[in-house]
Formats: sequence, structure tokens, C-alpha cells
Amino acid sequence: MLSTFLDALTLQAGYNAALVAVGATLLGVAGGCAGCFLFLRKRTLVSDAVAHATLPGVCIAFILMVFLGGDGRNLVGLLIGSAATAGLGLLTVDWITRKTRLSEDAAIGAVLSVFFGLGVVLLTVIQTLSHGKQAGLEGFLLGSTAGMLFQDAVIIAVGGAVSTAIILVLRRPMTLVAFDPEYAGATGVPVRFIDIAMMSVVMMVTVVGLKLVGLILIVSSLIIPSVSARFWTDRSDRLLVIAAATGGLAGYLGTAVSATAPNLPTGPIIVLVNFAFFSISMLLSPKRGVLAAFLRHRKFQVDVHLHQGLTSLARGEAIREPLTRKMMRSAGYIREDLVATGKGRAAAAKTVLDEARWAKARQIIQDEAIFASYDGLTPIEAVLTRDQIRDIDAALGAPAPLVSPAGG
Amino acid sequence: MTTNTLPALELAASDGHTGDMNRDTGLAASALAVRGLTVSYGTKPAVFSIDATVPKASMTAIVGPNGAGKSTFLKAVLGIIPRLSGAAYVDGKPLETMRRAIAYVPQRASVDWDFPTRVRDVVTMGQFRSLGLLGFIRPAHRKKTLECLERVGMADFADRQIGQLSGGQQQRVFLARALAQDAGLYLLDEPFAGVDAATEKAIIDVLKGLKAEGKTVVCVHHDLATVSDYFDHVLMLNIRKIAEGPVTTTFTGPMLQETYGGRLATTHIDQLKLD
Amino acid sequence: MGAEFVQLSLTPILIGILAAIACAIPGNFLLLRKQALIGDAISHVVLPGIVAAFLVTGTISTWPMMLGAAGAAVVAVVMIEAIRRLGRIETGAAMGVTFTTLFAAGVLLLEQTDTSSVHLDVEHALYGNLESLIWLSATGWTSLWDPAALADLPPELTRMAVTTLVIALLTVVFWRALKISTFDEGYANSIGIPVKTIGFALVIVSAVAAVAAFDAVGSIIVIAMFICPPATARLMTNRLEHQILWSIFFGAGSAVAGYVLAGYGPLWLGSSNAVSAAGMIATVSGLVLGVACLYAPARSRVTAAGH
Repeated sequence: MLSTFLDALTLQAGYNAALVAVGATLLGVAGGCAGCFLFLRKRTLVSDAVAHATLPGVCIAFILMVFLGGDGRNLVGLLIGSAATAGLGLLTVDWITRKTRLSEDAAIGAVLSVFFGLGVVLLTVIQTLSHGKQAGLEGFLLGSTAGMLFQDAVIIAVGGAVSTAIILVLRRPMTLVAFDPEYAGATGVPVRFIDIAMMSVVMMVTVVGLKLVGLILIVSSLIIPSVSARFWTDRSDRLLVIAAATGGLAGYLGTAVSATAPNLPTGPIIVLVNFAFFSISMLLSPKRGVLAAFLRHRKFQVDVHLHQGLTSLARGEAIREPLTRKMMRSAGYIREDLVATGKGRAAAAKTVLDEARWAKARQIIQDEAIFASYDGLTPIEAVLTRDQIRDIDAALGAPAPLVSPAGG
Repeated sequence: MTTNTLPALELAASDGHTGDMNRDTGLAASALAVRGLTVSYGTKPAVFSIDATVPKASMTAIVGPNGAGKSTFLKAVLGIIPRLSGAAYVDGKPLETMRRAIAYVPQRASVDWDFPTRVRDVVTMGQFRSLGLLGFIRPAHRKKTLECLERVGMADFADRQIGQLSGGQQQRVFLARALAQDAGLYLLDEPFAGVDAATEKAIIDVLKGLKAEGKTVVCVHHDLATVSDYFDHVLMLNIRKIAEGPVTTTFTGPMLQETYGGRLATTHIDQLKLD
Repeated sequence: MGAEFVQLSLTPILIGILAAIACAIPGNFLLLRKQALIGDAISHVVLPGIVAAFLVTGTISTWPMMLGAAGAAVVAVVMIEAIRRLGRIETGAAMGVTFTTLFAAGVLLLEQTDTSSVHLDVEHALYGNLESLIWLSATGWTSLWDPAALADLPPELTRMAVTTLVIALLTVVFWRALKISTFDEGYANSIGIPVKTIGFALVIVSAVAAVAAFDAVGSIIVIAMFICPPATARLMTNRLEHQILWSIFFGAGSAVAGYVLAGYGPLWLGSSNAVSAAGMIATVSGLVLGVACLYAPARSRVTAAGH
């Protein structure tokens, strides 16, 4: 098991398998990049419509090739057919969204279900044509690399390479368009052309990935890597690199894992590897990760409630919220019977002093940058220098009475 | 403006007493009281630690620069977005138990006006509390709907599809829906944003009428030039509360300067014809 | 059109109609809430649900599978919400991540399990098998009054009828709250309508419709019926009440037309084999939508008049 895995990882598991692995990796890279552009433009699920719309094309191509006396299973022919209806599906989504009041998500859903339904009708027609003989087109639903011809493996590898090459060449204008189409247009980038090129890459990844991952799951190669990458960076150029890397790695690892046993279909494995990367990113990324955000939020919430409680203490008002009471107790600021402790009184005095200093600071220091970053909890010493604070205290005139604008 | 001693120092000098823990004057006497309200997106506070008290039968404007958290404040008061801390009280009772007494007018842009429904249906939504889930719409309800539309000058549009209305007309429909609730406290989010002059006049007349009936009106408001004409109370926000009180004493140059920071030139403030 | 029709076609057509209506009704609200693709996501995760149920119980029986599918739908919805909220990822991408992953897990589980002895495969989940839901003991229209024959009706018919009825009733009972919270969530919230609960309940009802329908008619009809009839109906009228009725009409119409075309269409073209009824129903509903996009009275956004 391990040795087959290592063989597959080092491309030693046979010529076809090596080609498929290379193809899957390149497809992963291209899918990650193309997906980024869709993701940035909030059009991820357009790819789902494109993918489902390939089915009738595959079937029509098969029927045509059989009628012309050829082999219905010729992969190039089938892929051309799939690209044709995928393109038609894309145009239909666009047309419905522009011409009617229906929103894009409705258009996507309509196109994907109707085109797929038509494909299923054609599949049953093909069953009749071939008189019960399996045409093998079901493999396009979920992908299957079993019994793949050398020629098919070459197509996957070439398709992956070409789509990656397009992305590499056009990455700059594509990033510009995805980030800010209007600005890109103003600087002379041909937005329409770039959009078409981007959707072509999406279609290419979809079509070439059909044999490998299948039309139901191929959208994952376009969606998941960019979503994973989003957790690690706020910059679009890095987003592209990270998505390409995770997508490629998932394709590579996925094919290797699936080579280790007969019951591990390539497509689902690639999806699950992608999802593993996504889960790790979502949980553990230091900036946008769930764990980090939870801890930050938790601390912030405690700080807010303590601030609230201390303000109430200072004013001699009741602490009404049970949560605030609980936190004040566990911080040692109040006793069980809600009476302030010495520590609580000191902290309350400090809170009120800080408040007063901030209020004064807003009046005498005309620097927006300082106040824009102020979250209401940071001690004033962390933002202003000692001499600035001295000025404020002088202006406050403490401990003399002061004029409080906000009222008591 | 009030003058008082620095509370911290008063406290530090006292001998361990925290005072009466239930002292919170103004809560029961007010139409709306907010205590310690904080809302945050992540760890960036949108509004921070706000106490506010709206007197009964007043017209209160909530003002502040863009991004100051005015709408967020209103939504958090109503519990539409979660609060990190704090609570709101209507007539001294927790707001959650007083929903019947509140009518909320959201921002016009917050809904999809392409929704398949008519003007009268939207106004009838305001009678949900008296209709309940299954109650039939009786002649009395229809009459009420038309009356409310009449008050905002939209009775002729009762059977229009809502997508056909202009921005000002949409705003009037929203106000009519709130009127249909027969509430005591009206909370409006930017009711004058992007409406024509005739609509602005119609709306302010209705609001002043409400005040005359002893009802309380609170508006998120962006037009500083009309604050003094329309409102008698003001709450000035910029993430935190900068000031609150009667317009005549609170809506002053220094306070505006503090609320808007460098974003409001002194010349602008001069143009506001402040007393 | 006598005995043979009652025996072979009546029950599939009825089941098709009921499935279409059960999906179309909640579909209207999903459409207006810009959540049309929730139906798509739910139907994709039905597969892992039934496979998981099979692994747990070891048998192919209806109720565990329905529960499994419903459970998977809930898992999917929770997962989408979690990714959207916690990860701050837009809904479309969150859905894409969720349904592909769950579907992949389902396929993998299926491959790992020996299900060769039982009728459980991906194609079945996708296309269903509407044509096989015949009423064997029917001998003609008179069987409709024959208790013995009625007892032999396909159980899918009863299940689908009950589901559709429940969905219709729930829609009527919660109509006002559903309408207000769909139009203006913030306002609904302010007058005390539990908008979150209603939103979640809508998704659960959709899941129940999807699960009940997929067993009889497969996932594609489910997705098509969630979206196409409501979308067509939206283009016909500007009133929600009428839109719902139109969507029921278009759903039922597509089911009948699709079934008849699939069964008899090839005969007219000189072929002896019928084509997939599920696929044909989806196709017909799409064609109807296409015509509506071109000619329906309320197809385009209205522009503001006056002022």
C-alpha cells in the first residue's frame, strides 16, 4: 500500500498513471487560478452550470460520431461536444440574467438542471442505439481513470498544460479585471477579451477534467482551492499562487492516493484532499482562521463586558447584564453580593480616567489616524506618548472639577 | 451641558460604598433607553459602549459621519443584529417584551423592490400583530391600510406593483406600514435619504404629527442642515457617544467638530446657523 | 387509454405531479430569497445521506434512507452556514465547497461498500425510476374504487401525497410570516417574527420535499422543479399569491408533458424504447422557462414611474 503510494508519488506507477498524475496536477493548478477569478467576481457557481451543461454535448458528440461511422468513444470528439454545450449553457445563464428579472443564481440553477436533464434523456437514447451495450458515457458523471487509453492520458496532460499556460500568460490583466473591472478598463485592459479568456479556461478545466473527476465534482477543482487560499492572504496575486499550489497539490496527491487501491476513485479523492486543505485553512489560518478569530473575539468580548461593568461601578449604577456580572466576578472586581472589591474600585477609577483622557484627547489632538484605530479598550498609554498624556491631563485639570460634554 | 466632578476621583475618595446599585434615573421616564450597547464585527467595534436616553414625545436625530455606526446602533437596539453587550429598554421595560409598541422603518435600500407584491400588501404587513398568522383581512384592516396610505399621500397608489414606485414613494410606503402598527415609538433609518423635496415635506409633516400625538420619533439622519428645523433632541455618535441632549444646547460647533473630526470643515459648521 | 394507462401511467404521472408541486412551492421562496441554489446543494447531498443510512442499517428500506438523506441535508445546511459565517466566505462558494465534498464522500463510501446485491447506485439517485412505479393490480379506471387494488398502490404515491399536502398546509399556515420575512427581514425581525427560525424551517421543508421526491423521481427533477416553475411563474405575475399558483401549474404541467413525451415521443419518432422520464420532465420545464423568458408579461424589471 505504502509502496504503491510512493510509486505513484514518484511517477513510477506506469506511463499512463504518470501522465494522469501530471495532468491532474496541471489541471489543479489551472483550476485553482481560474477559480480565483470566479471567486473574486463572486461567480463561483457559474462553473457548476458549465459543468452540468457538458453532459448533453458529450451525448450529442457520441451520437454524431456513431452516425458518421466512427468510434463513439473518441475522447477528442466527446470533449469538443462537451465544450459546445458548456459554452451554450454559459451564454444561456448570461442571457437570462441580462434579459429578464431573474437573478444569476436562478439562471444557474435552471441551466444546470435543464441541460443535465436533457443529457440524461440523450443517455437513454444512446442506450437504445447501442442496443443495451454500455457506451461507457456514465464514466463522465463521476470520472474514471480505469481502462484509460494512452491517448486519453496525453489529452489530459496537454489540456492541463495549455490551460496553465494561458493563465500564466494572462495572469496580470486577469488579476486586474477580477479585482476592479472598471479600473482595468480605464487603463486599457480589454476587459471583454479577458473575461472570455477566463471563461474559456474555466470551460477547458471543466472539459478536460470530465474524464478524470467527472462533471458533478469538477467544480470542486475550481471552487475549493481559491476558497482555501482566501484564508491565508488578502492580496490577489498571492491568492492566485496559493490557490494554484493547493489545487495542484490536491490533484497530485489525489491521483497518487487513488492509485493505491482499486476502490478509490480519482475524482472523489481529489475533492476530499482539496477539502482537507480547506478545513486546515479555515480552522488554523492565523489571520482569518476560525480558531484565531474565536480566541480574539472571546478576549474582546470579555474586555467589553469588563469595561461596561467598571463604568457602571464608577457611576454607582447597577450592573444589569448577568454575563457582565459573571465576568466581573471572575476578574475579582466585584464580590458575590455585587459590592466592588478594592481591585475593582481601582480598575474602575482607571477606566473612568482613561475615558476622560480620551474625550479630552479627541478635542485637543486633531489626528484622525489615532482615533480611527482606536477600539475603545486600548489603554491610552498604548496609543499616545507620555508627553501627550501630560498635556491632556493638564487640559483636564484633574483633580479639579471638569466639564463633561456627554453629561453624567 | 452639565458640570460634575470626575467620577473616578469621587469614587476613589469614597470609603468602599458603591452607592445604590439600582440607581439609574431616567430609565423608566424615557421612551427608549440604551445601556452599554456594543456591537462589533470581529474585534472592530461598530458602536462602542453607548448609553442613550430618548425622552418621551420627543423627536430625536441620530447624527454622525459615515461609518459612525448610526444604522448599526438602531439595528442592534432592535436586536436585528446581535449585541456584544448592552440592553435596550422601552418605557423602562426590556425592549424584547415591548415589540408591540415599536415601529421600525428600515433603510429603503435594504429590501429588493422587485418583490412581487402591491403597495397595499406592504402596508397590510404593518398589521401583522393584530392579524396574526391566519386572521382574515377584514374591512377594518383594509380601511386602516388606506388611511395610513392617505396620511403619506399615497392612497392613489394602493394597487401599484412596488417596483414601479420612485424612491420617495417607496419611502412613503415604508412609513405608512409603520403607521399601520399604531406604535408609541417610531425608529426610522435614514428616512430622508435620496427622496425628493415633496416627499421630505410629507414625511416630516407626518412625523411632527406623531410627536403632537405624544409619540416618540427617532431618526438616523444625515443632513446636518435640517437637524435644528426637524428635531428637538440629538444623539451624536462616532462609534462612541459624543453627546446627547436638546438640539439647542448639544448641537454645537465644538460637539460637531468632535463628532466629525477633521471631516467637517469649520466653514461648514458656520453655515449650519447654530445659535 | 383504458386499463393499460391506469396500470402503467397513472401512478407515475401522479407521483411526478406531486413531486413537482412539493418542490415548486418552497422553491418560490428560495427564489425570492436568492437561495435558489440551496435546492441544488440539497439534492447533491442526498446521495451521501442514503449511503450512510445503508451503512448504518445494512438494509435498503425507505425510512432509514429518508432519515439519512434528511440528516445529510441538515448537515449540508449547517456546513454552508458555518463556512459562510465563520469563514466569511460568500454563499455561492460555501455551497460549492459543501456539496462537492459531501457528494464526493458519498461516492467514495459507495465504492468502498459492497452494494452489488442491492439497488443502490449513483445513477438511480440522479435519475430516479419514475417509469417503474406502476400500479400492478389495477385493471382499469374502476380500480380507483376497489379497496384491494388501492391497497396495492405504490407506497411512493402515498408518501409523496402526504408530503405535498403537509408542505401546502405549512405554506398556508405560515404564509403571512413567510411573506413578510422574505420581503423585509429586518422589519420582520423588529415586529417579533422569528426570521432565523423561519429561514431554517424553509430549508428543512425544502430538504423534506427533495428527499421524498428523489426516491421516486431522482435528483434532477428535484433541482429543476425547485427552480424552473417558480422562475417561470415569477415572469408571469407581480403578485406572490399568483406566482405560487402559476408555479404549481407549471410544475404539474411539466410533469405531465414530460412524462408523456418520454413515454410516447420516441414511439411517434418510430423508436420502440422510451427515454428517461425524469430527464424529459426537467427538459420540458426548461423549455417552458425559455418561452417565458421571451414572451411572459412580467419578464423584465419594471422601471420607476413618475417623480
